[in-house]
Amino acid sequence: MSNVIRMILVRISLGIGLLFIVSLVIFSATELLPGDLATQLLGQSATPETVAALRAQLGLNDPAPLRYWNWLTGALTGDFGIALSNGRPISDLIGTRLGNTVFLALYAAALSVPISLVLGILAALWRNSFFDRIANAGALTAISFPEFFVAYILVLWLAQTGIFPSMVRINPTTDFGDRLYMTFLPALTLTLVVTAHMMRMTRAAIINLMASPYIEMARLKGLSPLRIVLRHALPNALAPIINVIALNLAYLITGVVVVEVVFVYPGLGQLMVDAVSNRDIAVVQAVALIFAAAYVALNLIADVLSTITNPRLMHRR
Amino acid sequence: MNASDKPGQGFVPLTRRGVLQGAAAVGTAGLILPYASKPARAQTRGGTFRIGIGHGSTTDSLDPGLWENLYVQTFAAARHNYLIEVAPDGQLAPEIAESWDSADGQTWVFTIRSGVTFHSGKDVTADDVVASINHHRGDDSTSVVKPLLAAITDVRADGNTVVVTLEAPNADLPYLMTDYHVPIMPAVDGRIDPMSTDGCGGYVVESYEHGVQSSLTRNPNYWKSDRAFFDRIELLSVLDPAARLNALITGEVHLIDQVDPATIGMLEGRGVARILSIPGNAHYGFPMDARATPFSDNNVRLALKYAIDREAMVDVILGGHGAVSNDNPIGPANRYFNAEMEMKTYDPDRARFHLREAGLESLDVTIAVADAAFSGAVDAGAMFSETARAAGINLDVNRVPNDGYWSNVWLNPNGDTPFCATYWGGRAVEDHMFTTAYAAGADWNEGHWSNDRFNELLVAARSEVNEELRREMYMDMQQIVSFEGSTIIPMYNNYVMAVSSEIATPDRISANWNFDGFRCVERWWMA
Repeated sequence: MSNVIRMILVRISLGIGLLFIVSLVIFSATELLPGDLATQLLGQSATPETVAALRAQLGLNDPAPLRYWNWLTGALTGDFGIALSNGRPISDLIGTRLGNTVFLALYAAALSVPISLVLGILAALWRNSFFDRIANAGALTAISFPEFFVAYILVLWLAQTGIFPSMVRINPTTDFGDRLYMTFLPALTLTLVVTAHMMRMTRAAIINLMASPYIEMARLKGLSPLRIVLRHALPNALAPIINVIALNLAYLITGVVVVEVVFVYPGLGQLMVDAVSNRDIAVVQAVALIFAAAYVALNLIADVLSTITNPRLMHRR
Repeated sequence: MNASDKPGQGFVPLTRRGVLQGAAAVGTAGLILPYASKPARAQTRGGTFRIGIGHGSTTDSLDPGLWENLYVQTFAAARHNYLIEVAPDGQLAPEIAESWDSADGQTWVFTIRSGVTFHSGKDVTADDVVASINHHRGDDSTSVVKPLLAAITDVRADGNTVVVTLEAPNADLPYLMTDYHVPIMPAVDGRIDPMSTDGCGGYVVESYEHGVQSSLTRNPNYWKSDRAFFDRIELLSVLDPAARLNALITGEVHLIDQVDPATIGMLEGRGVARILSIPGNAHYGFPMDARATPFSDNNVRLALKYAIDREAMVDVILGGHGAVSNDNPIGPANRYFNAEMEMKTYDPDRARFHLREAGLESLDVTIAVADAAFSGAVDAGAMFSETARAAGINLDVNRVPNDGYWSNVWLNPNGDTPFCATYWGGRAVEDHMFTTAYAAGADWNEGHWSNDRFNELLVAARSEVNEELRREMYMDMQQIVSFEGSTIIPMYNNYVMAVSSEIATPDRISANWNFDGFRCVERWWMA
């Protein structure tokens, strides 16, 4: 067991090192953005004097390394500073939205992970059957359409008929039931988008194992096909499945801007887009760092879990 | 982004035919008809008014000096009052200022209404008004209307009056006080707190999250008895046009802005909402840098003005929701609108004539366009290029990024974009529009244009007290801008919004800004 703990510790420190590098990249990349926050903020009405006054007020004249250091030390304590554009603490801006994004991601995951696992296992079990083909074709169709198209179709069928709301009006006081109801369409859209990937990986991983000698042995022993898949094939197929689930979870947290826009969902993606187009570099940096941390953390968890599920990796000599 | 009000005559056309009637009547009847028509239906109190607005972002600010989009403007109109209001007929109406007067046009005295309180319970005093105006003045002010109020040399409280002194007489000062950037906010030690949501308007802020939503409840102590009918206002930022339309159809919101012309027929067919298309002074244009060849020659500018098909632009770019403009930044909703000028139409022969006058057989120019200037600017550039070809003008359309358009392209800062696209929200008064964008040396003189006769008239008209002479001067100035200016203005764009049948609107809707001059929150009611 100490092996596992050591491995986890190593992975975590590697992850932190990676995040540090990412933070450097984020900071230098935002430095390269064209334009300047002060001119952007004042828009059509920027005159040299107002721009100079605003630049001084926002501390945009400090040297870059100093700004990086201030930012990094702040970020470590959860203080991302003040949004340059409206003077509000960034942690306030991000707080609710991060919660919303995680909620939507978990909701979509709670729908899509069981669906894709079940569909994937059944498709593997009944390989090349009518069911297999339908499930594959359906999932591939859903993933082939752009997200906004899937979203609009759902709005047409399920929102314009009055079953579900077409836009998400939630705030921190909305209760859980209402939240589930109002967020159903975006969650369903995301489910349709990510299911194919996970389902096909499940199916492929299991089918791959079904050709192994030990499965042949199990079959010769006369075990039922379902038992063979669940008891013998699935545990060995977990590593790739866990990886693809982690990848999709990361996508659900970081890449759902389009769905957020269509359903007017107040998540982190929209915040990031707003911040980029308004040159609010402080917010861009904070959100980018959170996204990077989510990616690193999820991949770390996936790595650890897939190692744990594989005895050969656990007891390496 | 354009920083001011313009008064105007509002009409409430329900269909596109209605729009045309409104546009035809606006020049003449609009000036004569009094704003006296009583609403046909009784105004009912109560209900929640939800508005889906295609603007707003997390980077919006509470600071009035930084306001620039429809979301913050409507949010402001709900919680604030101003010194003076622009009534639906475009005339000035007293708000926090009970009355105002000036003997010489240089020193203005505003009498502050008594008995008005802020949401916090504090009385509105002359000191609050002084602080609210001063927020936009002084060296450390970052307000976008700082240049607009630069002519004010002193603001002081005197009992229950506020005395404003100008460096030169200006008959239009009261109009400047209606600017949406200058709400009356409570003063603490002579300054307002720009981050406060406290105001003296019809609704009290309950919660807000920039770029998402805000909710307000009716101010029980509101001093106006015949305004602010809703119990509750919810403003939602819905940037996606399809999402906005869906929200209206499914009843999630009652009012949306920027309705896509292509969807209007469908929306009217469903019967859940009606279209309000309000002709105002807002306009789209193409400024040319008059310092740069070949635009320095007025014949070249005229050739281009005759090579654009204005009618087609209104039809295609605005979907019919607008009117042609005669290269005139003063719109039909302005007091001194000049409708008597010879109308420029699409005339390739005349364009060729002016080219020859300039000593040219053909002309090669490039126009830089991006939809950041106005929605449809890229298409408008392509249309212009097509129609100009018949006149021997080879107009190359250079599509530039939206990002950075206002800092890198507009105003030709790098000398490589002498010809581009622009939009203006229109202005409260002629002087304001001309001073902002046409006076020699003005920061936003986008054509880098300078005309001695025009500049003389501009200064003279400002302090002219004889109404008839003043009108004549503004007529002349429009003539000069139209035929010698260096901005092509092919069209006035209407404010197009869709409102649910659950909401009743007054007979007359203000044309000075979108959403009934942002005042829909306090002028409209539940049907």
